[in-house]
Amino acid sequence: MPVIHAVIDKPQQATGRKIHLESQAKPVQNFVEHPKTLAALRDEIVSGATKAVDLAASYYDRIEQLNPRLNVYLSLTRERALAQAAKIDSLAAKGGPLPPLAGIPVGIKDVLVMQGAPATAGSKILQGYCPPYDATAVSRLEAAGAVLLGKLNCDEFAMGSSNENSAYGPVRNPVDTERVPGGSSGGSAAAVAANLAVVTLGSDTGGSIRQPASFCGVVGVLPTYGRVSRYGLIAYASSLDRVGPFAANVRDAATLLSVIAGHDPKDATSSPAPVADYAAESDKSADGLRIGVPAEYFAEGLDPEVRGCIEAGIAALEKAGCVIKPVALPNTRYAVPAYYLIATAEASANLARFDGVRYGPRSKDSDTLSDMYRHSRDEGFGAEVKRRILLGTYALSAGYYDAYYLKAQQVRRILAEEYLRAFAEVDAIVTPTAPTPAFKLGEKTGDPLAMYLADIYTVTASLAGICGVTVPCGTTKAGLPVGMQVLAAHLNEATAFRVARAVERI
Amino acid sequence: MTAKVTVEEVERVAELAHLELTPEETPRMLDDLNAILDYVAELNELDTSGVMPLAQISDLLDASGKGVVRDDRLQPSLDRATVLAQAPESDGVFFKVPKVIER
Repeated sequence: MPVIHAVIDKPQQATGRKIHLESQAKPVQNFVEHPKTLAALRDEIVSGATKAVDLAASYYDRIEQLNPRLNVYLSLTRERALAQAAKIDSLAAKGGPLPPLAGIPVGIKDVLVMQGAPATAGSKILQGYCPPYDATAVSRLEAAGAVLLGKLNCDEFAMGSSNENSAYGPVRNPVDTERVPGGSSGGSAAAVAANLAVVTLGSDTGGSIRQPASFCGVVGVLPTYGRVSRYGLIAYASSLDRVGPFAANVRDAATLLSVIAGHDPKDATSSPAPVADYAAESDKSADGLRIGVPAEYFAEGLDPEVRGCIEAGIAALEKAGCVIKPVALPNTRYAVPAYYLIATAEASANLARFDGVRYGPRSKDSDTLSDMYRHSRDEGFGAEVKRRILLGTYALSAGYYDAYYLKAQQVRRILAEEYLRAFAEVDAIVTPTAPTPAFKLGEKTGDPLAMYLADIYTVTASLAGICGVTVPCGTTKAGLPVGMQVLAAHLNEATAFRVARAVERI
Repeated sequence: MTAKVTVEEVERVAELAHLELTPEETPRMLDDLNAILDYVAELNELDTSGVMPLAQISDLLDASGKGVVRDDRLQPSLDRATVLAQAPESDGVFFKVPKVIER
């Protein structure tokens, strides 16, 4: 592992001119800092060595220093956080039993609603909206003692692979500020990488947790579809959307998942299956597990340095006692087109609700209802959101429905069944998380199709509903993180965590 | 499925989606849509005859199991005043919108 230093600039130096001069002299600015583990922080809070209120305040200080450089947080929920921290401190002072995440500073992707906190989904169309309720994942975190610091930047309505589609400016990658953090949960990944939160929540529809985690060098979890309630998640594509954790290490991500997972009557697709103690499961050895390696994920288009890192990771798993087996996923190449048809079709329906009637700004100069809808949406949505709504509307429109939407759903079943057949032979499948390390800001913004291909290794698991964990697996010569994606069958998160732990030990 | 989208079609789809495209936006969207549709046409290579479409993961055998539908029972919902306070315009009972019917 490279030695990583946190760069904390003196505030008076942080003028635009100074940054520009510095960035010419020293192009790579590194803001990476590892948070303490949940176990270590918990011990400090329980013993009283650290006050939850002070811990929260120290995070807000760091956010104040670094947010102008990284653009990770869109809004802070200081009052609510400090009230919760004070509650934890008084519980600790009484020596009472503390909940599992007592006093832990957590950031929330701004597509999950928090009562009274602005919810933007990275879009202008929700500017000023303060939701009157909490998402289930949010309320479960708080019930477990977490201190919620604020809302994290993301691509508009979670549509994007680089965070450059946020109406509030892109997040910068803490590893190299000239590079994207990935997307759409770029803020959630960057916050953990720069220690602007200990753990965070994001959402993943086609790779939006896994790809940014890979780009920023942190752990990201795609829970099985239905494992975590979507109640209070601003919908992008409902049959694909998942809520999941980011953390600096696998065990902490597993701990977080156990807190937010489980049946919720408010989400009809929520799974009633019992929730395991994923952290304890992750402690189990990966010795003897059968690991599948699909050749289709190592084909043309894979960066050679990324390939090298993943192959070294696979070799290390074999040394750790795993049985490495080739598996065939021959139709993988159809996943990106199927994904973009299904996701945009669902998005076109989900985003119909943003029309200037119930929330967000309304366009001023409209005499009729229909004009008001169109003007409000035109002023509120960014280019990529419009592009996806148009594509989705087209794919669902009369005369094209069978050729596009229905066809994509048939391909979806073929891809899902292909995974199910593979998981009859292996316990987990490992692949690169993304074909390249983090790319430069602006590199792909002119070409939507090139941006979609950044999701080439993540969308198939999204379509199939299976679970996965992305875990750091080496770095390129330039010091950019590479992530390994560990996939497991539906509701088999425990196995994905075990394998990810083994990769982490390398 | 390899049909090229025309300007008229983009405009019609925009209208269906309640979107307004500026004269500058339309040609760019047209190009992007055609490029994307060309790409997704790859799906035609795959024979899907007889394959049941998969709309929801719960329709997949051996997956996460069926979702559970909650009992249809009356329960409190969000307070009307709280919800209406988020709206751009309301009269305290309903959302207000520009008039729909010309007299």
